[in-house]
Amino acid sequence: MNLHKKLLCILALLPGLALAADEGYPLDKAPDRSHNMAALQNGAKLFVNYCLNCHNASAMRYNRLRDLGLNEDQIKNNLLFTGDKVGEMMITAMPPKDAKAWFGTVPPDLSVIARAKSSEAGSGGDYLYTYLRTFYKDDTRPTGWNNAILKNAAMPHVLWQLQGIQTAKMADEIGEDGKTVSKLVGFEQVTPGTMNKLEFDTNVADLVGYMEWMAEPTAQFRKRLGVWVLLFLSGFAILAWRLNASFWKEVK
Amino acid sequence: MAAFKETKFPANAPAAEKALGWVDDRFPLTKLWNDQWGKYYAPKNFNFWYIFGSLAMLVLVLQIVTGIFLTMHYKPDATLAFGSVEYIMREVPWGWLVRYMHSTGASAFFIIVYLHMTRGLLYGSYRKPRELIWLFGFAIFLCLMAEAFFGYLLPWGQMSYWGAQVIVNLFGAIPFIGPDLSLWIRGDYVVSDATLNRFFAFHVIAIPLVLLGLVAAHLIALHEVGSSNPDGIEVKENLGADGHPVDSIPSHPYYTVHDLFGVSVFLVIFSAVVFFAPEMGGFFLEYNNFLPGDSLKTPLHIAPTWYFTAFYSVLRATTADFMWVLMFGVAAYVVFIWLKSRLSTTIKAIIAVIALLAIIGMLPSVLDAKFWGVVFFGGSVVILAFLPWLDHSKVKSIRYRPSWHKYVYALFFLSFLTLGYLGTLPPTETRTLVSQVCTLFYFSFFLLMPWWSAMGTFKPVPARVVFHAH
Repeated sequence: MNLHKKLLCILALLPGLALAADEGYPLDKAPDRSHNMAALQNGAKLFVNYCLNCHNASAMRYNRLRDLGLNEDQIKNNLLFTGDKVGEMMITAMPPKDAKAWFGTVPPDLSVIARAKSSEAGSGGDYLYTYLRTFYKDDTRPTGWNNAILKNAAMPHVLWQLQGIQTAKMADEIGEDGKTVSKLVGFEQVTPGTMNKLEFDTNVADLVGYMEWMAEPTAQFRKRLGVWVLLFLSGFAILAWRLNASFWKEVK
Repeated sequence: MAAFKETKFPANAPAAEKALGWVDDRFPLTKLWNDQWGKYYAPKNFNFWYIFGSLAMLVLVLQIVTGIFLTMHYKPDATLAFGSVEYIMREVPWGWLVRYMHSTGASAFFIIVYLHMTRGLLYGSYRKPRELIWLFGFAIFLCLMAEAFFGYLLPWGQMSYWGAQVIVNLFGAIPFIGPDLSLWIRGDYVVSDATLNRFFAFHVIAIPLVLLGLVAAHLIALHEVGSSNPDGIEVKENLGADGHPVDSIPSHPYYTVHDLFGVSVFLVIFSAVVFFAPEMGGFFLEYNNFLPGDSLKTPLHIAPTWYFTAFYSVLRATTADFMWVLMFGVAAYVVFIWLKSRLSTTIKAIIAVIALLAIIGMLPSVLDAKFWGVVFFGGSVVILAFLPWLDHSKVKSIRYRPSWHKYVYALFFLSFLTLGYLGTLPPTETRTLVSQVCTLFYFSFFLLMPWWSAMGTFKPVPARVVFHAH
């Protein structure tokens, strides 16, 4: 078994060899909201109020929000801004042609964006949670905003009234090639928003929690069902194991 | 040909027996069952490694059944495909489960088939008289790769789109006909609706038909010559009084219950992935594939799904600089053959001429490295087919080979895994160098096998299989 150990050692070293430092602005961990219905409902409210003005969630039906503990009347009266019926998909009122003219690109569909933005750096939720909180004032951009993790984002800071206005603190750093690069190290609040930092972070976490839920509405049910499936299969495996043993007892 | 004779049953015989007799008179149902499984005698010393054949069969059925249900809701249309997959995930009752089973099944299929092939390598399952079984198996592997490649375009995500674009463009590297060939495959100047429709046709009908035929051939050939075993002993050389090999047992019920247990363990692992990690950290479902395919936005890093990355690494390792090393390698191999091989002078001369042409072709001014990358990419797969004729070891099983052979195999598997791992990452200078070393080792393993596999002190092979009663 010595050989196995040697192999394991070499295999264990491999990732270190291949992982090169690719340093961007670090992602903050998005708080888990998956079991907090009130937070997810708040997230849904923020989503239809702020995101749906420009973005679609074309795979998402309004009445699927019933899964978050809302009834059809609540959905219809409070959340249905872009359609007439709760059976409709979440489609923005903004025509794609105008969007293209105003932002230079059609805003992406957000149905599964929380899954698409996952990477080695963090989950898609982490990405969105960091992205939505790191807009800063940048007068060189057409929108007047820039972002720490998506440089030169076409999207303006939609939540600016809530967060207020912040500017970037830059610091010079000497890169690997010896050249000096300007790096974003933090933010400075210039104008306060209607929310303090804690409130804002909590609300963004709710919004991101909602987007994570929306990316796969069956995720929680899938995991709950998975427990039962695994229990059943484990029982089946034990029976199959004993059945096998009883047959093979006679093979000499 | 004897005249048709209806089997007579006593009047009080059970209806089922009569029905079976009626069928058996017209179709060899009982005979087929007995030949292929019921009375198929298999060596009794199968170990863990021998479960993957049955599991591959199970996953094949799983893929076909889930695939049929997916086809009922999927739309092979560039504007609708991405949305229809999300429709399956959300609106179709249990659609999410069927889709996850299919996507996880694709990866599971490759894991199982790679382990199945590893078994073949370890115990020399491809050796005479099982060369054809190996060749059928190799053809199944090719079909599986095609099936996975065509199927991967269907969700029409960014990785689907650009993965297909990159692979189809590889054909463009072939001199003269390349650009037209890739145009013909795509049916358009870029991957488009035309490409999606034909890939759909290949994925759901053309390749599965061929695949099923090959699986049947693989099994018929296996049950004709009989299974090998971890000791590499021909059990048919030692028959008992009943005419069956003394070291064999009927597949039914012994391997039926054995496989049932294997299947249950597999299903536990498979379900754990389906229900708790269907994306498998971006390896089974790539994150980028949750963005719809966009011909105007090229992703920064395009990599094939994990099961192709080892071969893809070989392609990427073939850089212009590396060509000089390869040219030297080809020349050295020819010299080696002239000095060491017992082949006739004519064959040696033919090999030398082919090698000379190849070396000329490898000069930077003749054919560029991209073309050779494609050649080595294809070669790294095709070379597997030649194993039965490359292996000159005196014994079949690794158990009785010289101990140092185990290190050669270990290095081979390690270089294959390293190639696979590096293929998932964006290239850097160090990674390219490592993959070049692994590529050289990968090819040397096969090309030098006729010599190294015969070298060393072999251990005595026992007359009977090693079996410990349960």
